[in-house]
Order: sequence, then structure tokens, then C-alpha cells
Amino acid sequence: MFPGSNCEHDVVRAVESIGGNAEIVWHAATDVSAFDVVVLPGGFAHGDYLRAGALARFAPVMGAVADFAASGGAVIGICNGFQVLTEAGLLPGALQKNVHLRFLCEPAALRVDSTRSVLTRRVPLGTELVLPINHFVGRFVCDDATLAELVAEERVVLRYVDNPNGSVDDIAGICNEAGNVVGLMPHPERAADRLVGGVDGVLLLTSLLELSGAAAA
Amino acid sequence: MRFAVHLEVRLRPTIADPEGATIERALPALGFDDVHRVRAGRSFRLEIEADDEGTARRRASELALRLLANPVMEDTDLLSLTAVAVEPAP
Repeated sequence: MFPGSNCEHDVVRAVESIGGNAEIVWHAATDVSAFDVVVLPGGFAHGDYLRAGALARFAPVMGAVADFAASGGAVIGICNGFQVLTEAGLLPGALQKNVHLRFLCEPAALRVDSTRSVLTRRVPLGTELVLPINHFVGRFVCDDATLAELVAEERVVLRYVDNPNGSVDDIAGICNEAGNVVGLMPHPERAADRLVGGVDGVLLLTSLLELSGAAAA
Repeated sequence: MRFAVHLEVRLRPTIADPEGATIERALPALGFDDVHRVRAGRSFRLEIEADDEGTARRRASELALRLLANPVMEDTDLLSLTAVAVEPAP
């Protein structure tokens, strides 16, 4: 977590509710190699000053996250975490203000369009999920060449059924070439308990649990 | 030497700018119905310590590209760079 993150406890709770263990790591940490999965949570890291994620990418922990990703570790950026991953160059493209300049806080219908990522590989292609979105800077943008590459390599993992923010090609989530780094604007960790309206997020989070040594043993 | 720097950061022309578009839509209500192609951006003023103007210019461009702008979606311009006197410490 970074100063200004605010979804880290939701992630911990969701992971624990499906049988995993989770620990919050402060942004000054310089080693994350002991973990199976690293999640960059939502929120407003460093106040989102300058641009969302622009300052967080210089946090000491981001060097460790980059090393972890390079060695094949699963890195998931949710909402603000997605913004940080694009600023850090771990994912292509960028997030811009929503096209109508409205803050969005609502359930969004999404379609799983690729099972190539560590987050979606257990979910059948074409599955529709409803997950909360909660963002002002959520419009995914990239140049035409990058978009063509993302589409051709099946790296668009989630698309909005009804594009709420003007994202290019309805993109809600993407992954890197290897599929181990995933960024998405919707919040799976906030859809992991029936009491708070839905458990579709569990489908995604369960894919991650499988990566842990505990589950494999 | 110290140089005062004025930098502009703006969205690339191909990136939709909802802020500029909203401002443009508001203008006719104030009688400015002759305004077109509004684009919003940000400007930064800072001072750089450097041995000469060329170095200051290079440092300014570098920090603009590495931090102030996200080259994926933004362009940056150095609007002005002028030598200034260093204010004595209070």
C-alpha cells in the first residue's frame, strides 16, 4: 500500500474469505519476493497529485514489484493500482479522466475476453461478471499500434458490456505479454461477500489463490 | 546560475480532452460563441540551478518527460527559460 491507498483492507478480507493469507506491505518495503501474489490496491496514492499513480511509481517498493513481475510473479493492479502499473511501465497505455468528467460509483457489467492472464484463467471465456467500479480517472487510452497488439495477443482480459467511461475498445482490464501482470479498473475485492452485493469477484480472486504454495501443497 | 523555467504539459492531439470540451460548451452562454478547439493543460514554473543555459534547458526537458508528463498521452513544451537572480536566504 501507498500513503493514500484505501482498498488494502478490502483485499485482505476478500483473500482471507476464500482461504488465502494476506499481508499489507508498506510502500517503503524493498523486497516482496516472499509472496505468491502482489496486489496494488485502489485508492489515491500520494493524493493522485500530478497524475494518478505518477508519484507512487517512484516508491521504493515499486523496484521490488518490477523484479517480482520480471521473475514471473503475479502482480495485480486494481483501480489506482492499475494506474500505478501503467505509470511504472509494467503495463502499456494510460488512464485518463472519464469522458463525461463524472466520478463513477456503480456496479458494472463486464465480460471476460481472455483467459491468458493469471486473474482470468479459471473463468470461462465470455463469462459476464458484475463488479463495482469506483473511479474518476478510468478511461483507458493507448495508441492504435498498442491497441492492435493488445487485441492480437489476447491481452484485453476484461471489457465493459456497456462502456461507462469512454475507454478505448471498451477496455476494463489488460495484462502484460506473459499474463502475470494484470491491471483492471473494477474492484473484484469489493464483490466477495453476499452481504455487500455480489460474489463475482471471487471467481477472479480464486484464480490467484491457485498460485500460492499453500494451495498447491 | 539559476534559471526560471515555465513548462507546459498538455494531452496529445489524438487524446480526447473532456475538460477542454466542457469549457468550450460553456463559452457560448457567456457570449463567446466565436471560440473553437479549446484544449486544457497544465503549466509548471520552477527554478533550476545550472552552469549554463544549455544545461538548464536539457535538465528541464528531462524532468518534464520523466515526471511532469506521461509520454503515453501527453506532450510537453518548454515555454520560457530565463536567468534569474538567486534570492538571498531570509
